[in-house]
Amino acid sequence: MESTLIALVEDKPGVLNRVASLFRRRAFNIESLAVGHTEVPGVSRMTIVVDSDRTDVLKVAQNLHKLVNVIKVDDVTESPTVMRDLALIKVKANADGGSRSEVLQIVETFRARVVDVSLDTLMVEVTGTDEKIDGLVEVLRPYGIVEMVRTGRVAMVRGSNGASKE
Amino acid sequence: MKRSGAQIVWETLKHEGAEVVFGIPGGAIMHTYHPRQDYGVRHILVRHEQCAAHAADGYARASGRVGVAMATSGPGATNLVTGIATAMMDSVPIVCITGQVEVPLIGSDAFQETDITGITLPVTKHNYLVTEVDELADTIHEAFYIARSGRPGPVLIDLPKDVQMAETDFSPPKDEVVLPGYSPVGPGEPDAVQRAADLINEAERPIVLAGHGVLMSGATDALVAFVEKVSVPVTLTLLGKGGFPESHPLCLGMMGMHGEAYVNHAIQQADLLLAFGMRFDDRVTGKLDRYAPNARKVHVDLDAAEINKLIPADVPVLGDLRRVLEQLMPLVKKASHTEWLARIVEWRSESDERDIINQPHNGRLLAPHVAHAIWQATGGEAIVVTGVGQNQMWAAQYYHSDQPGFLITSGGLGTMGFGLPAAMGAQVAQPDREVWAIVGDGGFQMTLHDLATIVQEKLPVKVAVLNNSCLGMVRQWQELFYNKRYESTSLVNPDFIKLADAYGVRGWRVTGPEETRKAIDEARSHDGPALVEFQIAQTGDDGNVYPMVPSGAALDEMILRPTGKAGRSKE
Repeated sequence: MESTLIALVEDKPGVLNRVASLFRRRAFNIESLAVGHTEVPGVSRMTIVVDSDRTDVLKVAQNLHKLVNVIKVDDVTESPTVMRDLALIKVKANADGGSRSEVLQIVETFRARVVDVSLDTLMVEVTGTDEKIDGLVEVLRPYGIVEMVRTGRVAMVRGSNGASKE
Repeated sequence: MKRSGAQIVWETLKHEGAEVVFGIPGGAIMHTYHPRQDYGVRHILVRHEQCAAHAADGYARASGRVGVAMATSGPGATNLVTGIATAMMDSVPIVCITGQVEVPLIGSDAFQETDITGITLPVTKHNYLVTEVDELADTIHEAFYIARSGRPGPVLIDLPKDVQMAETDFSPPKDEVVLPGYSPVGPGEPDAVQRAADLINEAERPIVLAGHGVLMSGATDALVAFVEKVSVPVTLTLLGKGGFPESHPLCLGMMGMHGEAYVNHAIQQADLLLAFGMRFDDRVTGKLDRYAPNARKVHVDLDAAEINKLIPADVPVLGDLRRVLEQLMPLVKKASHTEWLARIVEWRSESDERDIINQPHNGRLLAPHVAHAIWQATGGEAIVVTGVGQNQMWAAQYYHSDQPGFLITSGGLGTMGFGLPAAMGAQVAQPDREVWAIVGDGGFQMTLHDLATIVQEKLPVKVAVLNNSCLGMVRQWQELFYNKRYESTSLVNPDFIKLADAYGVRGWRVTGPEETRKAIDEARSHDGPALVEFQIAQTGDDGNVYPMVPSGAALDEMILRPTGKAGRSKE
């Protein structure tokens, strides 16, 4: 099982280091961590995906909360949440050999986009849930994935409330 | 008003009520040292920065205030680390200020540069690298607030040399601290307190486990009032000693690996544990899955991460202990628990019989007798600071007191070498109290150079060196669990009396039990620092700390004290 935590943190030097150091020290297993700015100046937001079979999510949240620079921690696993991951996948797609049209078809089926073209590769951008991206990666793999990067999961709870407001 | 960073340091320290700083100057911090005398803050020049941190720790524990240590960059800063980690594990408020190379040089491997904020990240409650002189005063103010509030702990401020030299318009820091991610807890949540009260009212065999939190939250009086109303016996963790008067009829004594057998037995037989400001350290629980198997657990702590960490709580109460006890008082019913208390008395009398103090004497000098004699001589009125290992356990077992905070010891980290410098800090905090450092010969030699500081500062610390010419606790484990293979635990020691003399400390050597009390009395009446070396028995039952829960055993599977003539020796 995976659990998703959203942490609002002060945007100060070293905060990411404090969080990473905490995970290492307490031997917490995390699947991904995505960090970026929020609507509030000086506040960053982390989406942390925890392997909850191996790590007690409550302990992660409680220990995160002890860091002075961590403002708020929410476990949104059970909340109605939009979760997204973004991937860039560079896949072999030779115009001559005929694989390009097949790849383009797959890209369309997954509602992904081609963002760069070279003689023998395509760069595909895809946004969606982890499962969707895993699915696309799986079907592209036989064509030969040259390079891939994923942002890690970001999450936001549905409805009118914002995480930075109580 | 233009002020340099250096001046702001002292101005702000004074503002925070810091009256003394322990430290050593060096290239990257000497600019801060330079104006000190203008501000009337006392500085105690130690001989090694580790001692600065331990002394600040001892000062904080003995005074209830924030201790301050100062060191230069690089090796000065890294030498503080053991002391910082010690304070972290025992939740002691200290602020450490370290010099750092100039901001433009950071990251260039400059002379005496080290990433001390990186190094101390996991062993500080919080730390800072100050890069703007404008932020310095507020940062120091914030550091003191974080160190002493909530669950206290060490805070480090790294101060680059150019920030110390830079000038700014100084205004004293605002009292209010704005920290959106930091809010110490207050009283307990009423529902949780009510559920705790319900369990207390239902219990037939309740027992209190009192930890360092009792002392830290100033809950001693509240705890006495509470247990007197509900007639619940009190057991103490090592750091819980000093949080509850030990002469109180409801006080059972210390629990855990070297706690009394009847105390551990009572915990195992209890139907309700009231864990007050303690964290179920492995040294107090023994084997976790067989710990207090029949007991429901109420856990009161101000750190949410401690609750359910090792022992699941039936009723967790997140809150400041003193306030939770005040909330509980009107909710709990007066009780007598006559039968339960009578059973404990029965167990206790068996333990008492086995106590070495009550056994016929075999003529050898035994550490329990020494600790007992220091207790008797001082009437339990001294502040006792210990090393780590056998000496620590003997001091804890045989020195009893009703004085809040009388015992200062490295419980969590178990730092050998803590005793002497922490005693020095305690004596600075309490110049009119008698301070005894009870240390072993191994740990003493890790920091004994600070005898020089004690002499220089005219601190009348009394040092009892329990000398068994070995690393005693490790040796004890080798004897009991490692097939008597005494690997690297034997010490060839210096002449401690000559050594003391070289430092200008008066020394006494005690080789037999009949000399013990006389030497203690003479050391006590000596005006100034004193060292008494006790050449205690090393081997066999005479040399070991009993009772003992072997590692990995359940709490009531103890190796009891050997009976018969105290200190039968087989070797």
